[in-house]
Order: sequence, then C-alpha cells, then structure tokens
Amino acid sequence: MIKNILDRILLRPQVITLENGHEVTRPRSKAPYLLLLLVIGVYISVRTTGFDIAMFVRRFNQLPVILGRIFQPNFGFFSTVWPRLVETIKMSIVGTVLGCILALPLSIVSSSNIMRHRVVLWIVRVLISITRSLPAVVYAYLFSFVFGMTTFAGSLAIAVFTVGIVAKMMYENIETIDLGAFEAMRSFGGTTLQSFWTACMPQILPQYLDNCLYSFELNIRQSAILGYCGVGGLGVLIRARISVRAYEDAGMIFLLIFVVVFAIDLINDRIRSKIIRGH
Amino acid sequence: MAEIHAQENILEKLYSEPKNLWKRLLILAVLLVIVGWGAYGFEIGLDENGVNMAKSIFNGLTHPETELFNLGPKGIPYLILETIAIAFLSTVIGTILAIPVSFLSSTNIVPRPVALIFRAIVLFIRTIPSLVWALIWVRVTSTGPFCGVVTQSVCSIGMISKMNVTAIENLDTGVLEALDACGANTFEKIRVGVLPQLSASFVSTAIYRFDINLKDATLLGIVGAGGIGSPLNDAIGNMRWNRVGAFLIVLIVMVVIIEFVSTRIRARLAQGRR
Repeated sequence: MIKNILDRILLRPQVITLENGHEVTRPRSKAPYLLLLLVIGVYISVRTTGFDIAMFVRRFNQLPVILGRIFQPNFGFFSTVWPRLVETIKMSIVGTVLGCILALPLSIVSSSNIMRHRVVLWIVRVLISITRSLPAVVYAYLFSFVFGMTTFAGSLAIAVFTVGIVAKMMYENIETIDLGAFEAMRSFGGTTLQSFWTACMPQILPQYLDNCLYSFELNIRQSAILGYCGVGGLGVLIRARISVRAYEDAGMIFLLIFVVVFAIDLINDRIRSKIIRGH
Repeated sequence: MAEIHAQENILEKLYSEPKNLWKRLLILAVLLVIVGWGAYGFEIGLDENGVNMAKSIFNGLTHPETELFNLGPKGIPYLILETIAIAFLSTVIGTILAIPVSFLSSTNIVPRPVALIFRAIVLFIRTIPSLVWALIWVRVTSTGPFCGVVTQSVCSIGMISKMNVTAIENLDTGVLEALDACGANTFEKIRVGVLPQLSASFVSTAIYRFDINLKDATLLGIVGAGGIGSPLNDAIGNMRWNRVGAFLIVLIVMVVIIEFVSTRIRARLAQGRR
C-alpha cells in the first residue's frame, strides 16, 4: 500500500502482468503535480496583483454605463475622425510594406535548410525575436523622440514589428519547402541567390503574400492604438476623448475601426483565395 | 533523337506558358500607387536634435542602469514577477471562462442562432484593442495590476474562444457514437470521448495566449495597468535612457526565453507527447 503511494509520488511506471505472462508498463499521470503547480502559481499571482473580487463586484455597474455610451456613437464626430483614420491607414500601409520587404532577405538568411552557417543563422534569429518581443507602441514611443511626433515614426515602429513576425512565419515556411529543384540548380553551378530565386521563390511566394496580408490586418488594428504616444493616427483621438470621458465620441472611433478592419479582412480574403488558386 | 525530342518538348512547354507580364506589371503598378498614396505627405522629421537623441537613446540602451536590480518593490525582479503574475492569472481566468463560451459558440454543440450570438460577443471583444479595454476597465478597478488582470482576462476570452471553437468543430463524433454503443453515460463520454480530443489543443492555446499576454502586459502598463510597463513608460517620458535600457533588456530576455519554452511545449503537445 505504502509502496503503491510512493510509486505514484515518484512517478514510477505501473507494471501490469497480463494473463499470458507478459509485463507491460503504464506511465503514471503527472496531472496532480501540474495541478499543484497551477494552484501555487495562481496563489502567488493573486497575492502579487492585488486581485480583489469584492471591488470588482461592487464597482461592476460602471461597465454597462460606459459600454452603453460607447454603443451610442456620436455620428457628428465622423468629420473629425476621418482624416485621422486615413492617416492611420497610410501609416500602416507604409510600415507593412517596409517591414515585409525587409523580412524576406532576413527570413532566407535564417532558414536552416538554406543558410548553412549556424552562427549567422542564430544571430539573425535572435535579432528577429528581439524585434518581435516589444509591442509596437514602445518602438513608436522611442522613435517619436528621434523623428518627432510624425506618422513616419509610427510607420517605422510598425515596420520593425512587422519584420519580426513576417520573418519568423517565413523561415518556418521556407524550412518546409521541397529543396530538390534548388539542389539541382546548385549542381548546375547557380549561385545560392540565383537558385533560391528561381527554384524556391515560386514555392514560397503565395505564403509570403499571405503572411504580408495577415501582418497588414494586424498592423491596422495595432496602428489604431499606436497614436496613444502621439505619433499620429487614431490613437491620439482615442486618448483625448477617453481622458475627458467622451465615450460617445470614442464609440464612433471604434465603429469606424471595426468597419475598416472588417472591410480589409474581406478584401484580403478575396486576394487570398486568388493567390491560392494560382493567380 | 529522343534527346532532341525532349528538348523540343521543353521549349514547347515554355512557350505555351501563359504570358502574364502585363498582369504582373498591372499588379505592381497598383501596389506602387497604394504605397505612393500612403507615403505621400510624409515628413521625416529628422534633424540635428533627433540624431543626438538617437545617440543618447542608443547609449542608454547599451549602458543599462544596474542599480535597478534590487529586491525592493521598485526593483526589476519584483516588476518582472508582477508582470508574469498578471499574464499568468489572466491566462488562467481567460481559459476557464473561454471554455463555456467556446462550447456555446460551436455550431455542432448548440443551435445556430445561439452560436451566432456568442460569436458576435467574441467578435466584439476582439474588435476593441486591449489598450482601450484597459481604459474602460480602469473605471471599474482603478489603476494597478488588478486592472491588467481583468483587461487581459477579457481579451483572452475573445482569442482563446476563437481558437477553441475550431478545435470543437473538428471533434470526431465517431468516438462518441462508439461510446454510446458501449453504453457509456454522458459523464463517461465527456471524460474519455471529448476531453482527450480537446485537451492538447486547449492547453496549447492557453500557452500561446500566455505568451501574448506577457507581451501585452508591457503595453497595458502604459495606461497604468501595472507590471513593468508603467515604470518603463515613466522612464521613457523622463528620457532616462539608462533606466529604459535596463527595462528593455530584461523585458526582451524574459519574452525571448518564455517564447522559446512555450514553442517547445506546444511542439510536444502537437506531436501528442506529454
């Protein structure tokens, strides 16, 4: 009995003897340990974050009030939002294009099946992870000191962030492609770049375009809040209207963001289905 | 003879390829026009001042302030703990709350109208950016890490439900029919028929979301939702670049490590190992 409990605690596999004399082992479940870890984690987190369910319940009635006002958008605010919206879209177009162009060479250099030099491979990969690990708002905030409160700072921030995500998605794609044609071209004496362009580009191009469209969607959402640090776009307005508790105006902004994001999703889906069909 | 024939075949094939040069040029032109429109009226406000600023930022990032690494409540270790705690707790809450929501928005579990209502709610949650959710919740919770937890829990529900719905709608119902035939009751059916099919993908989604929450926690700190974001924001605002450098380096290291670990775990889950 005690041995049994000890076995469970030490995760020794259970040995079952079958009727024909064979012995099979059955691994013990690690679930109790994982559950214990989870409970400890939750306990520490609750203590650290000052989690206060009583306050939440007491003041929850604030939320429907605010949401109710957001759901009554002030349509008169449209003329103020429109130029900012255009600015936001421009900002993310430029940022996405810059980022996607930069991401392609980086992703080639960081694919383990093309790049044979391990050290260079890992240096580039770490750089890519670094650009991805900070939110675009932080970059925007830093760039705003260098380039002033311009949309260019915002575009640059988006570009840096886009490089990170597109390059990562791309090197994962490149690592799964068929290298037969690439190797054949290499054996004919083509350079790495030539062979890659002719043999691999047609394979990864649809994926690349797809990833670019995906990052564009993401960036439209992101750039809406990017202006929170004042680099232009809708964020400036959101900050200004919410700080004076003009939730109806904010509601109008959200409505427009929603419409634009939805429209771009639709357009992208159209383009995507065309890419998949081959043209 | 055969060789010449093969060569002719290849050439024939080459010439019969559709000539879409014009189409390509057109697409390129459209792209250029869009980018041109986007870049039109851009001013690169880079002057002497900006260059100097860039130099001092770079200098600060490469010379981080080391005295921030103390164990006090303002030191970096505690801030990191707080950030991870916010991300962890909100992932747990979000995952738990997302389970009923995702079942209620799967068309193979509930009638279509009910599913559509819940999908609309999820869409609404996802449309409002997390930063804006934080600004709304701040009125309920006041500033501090608690606001971060509530905001990220809500945002997590949106994204986790969306991923879970895909997993639920791909459920293999053959297993359930087989269990029916064995005479299993509802509880047994869920325990051996549904849970093993869903657990790996649910856990994988939760870990992925933890990753995102950790990155977002920095963002939310900017509006005062606790974690390492608030002091980072103050440091940038006061142009104390050495301080900013210390925060950013720690943040990058933390995110890169956690991303590496979570990718490993998720790859193992996808392969079906524990």
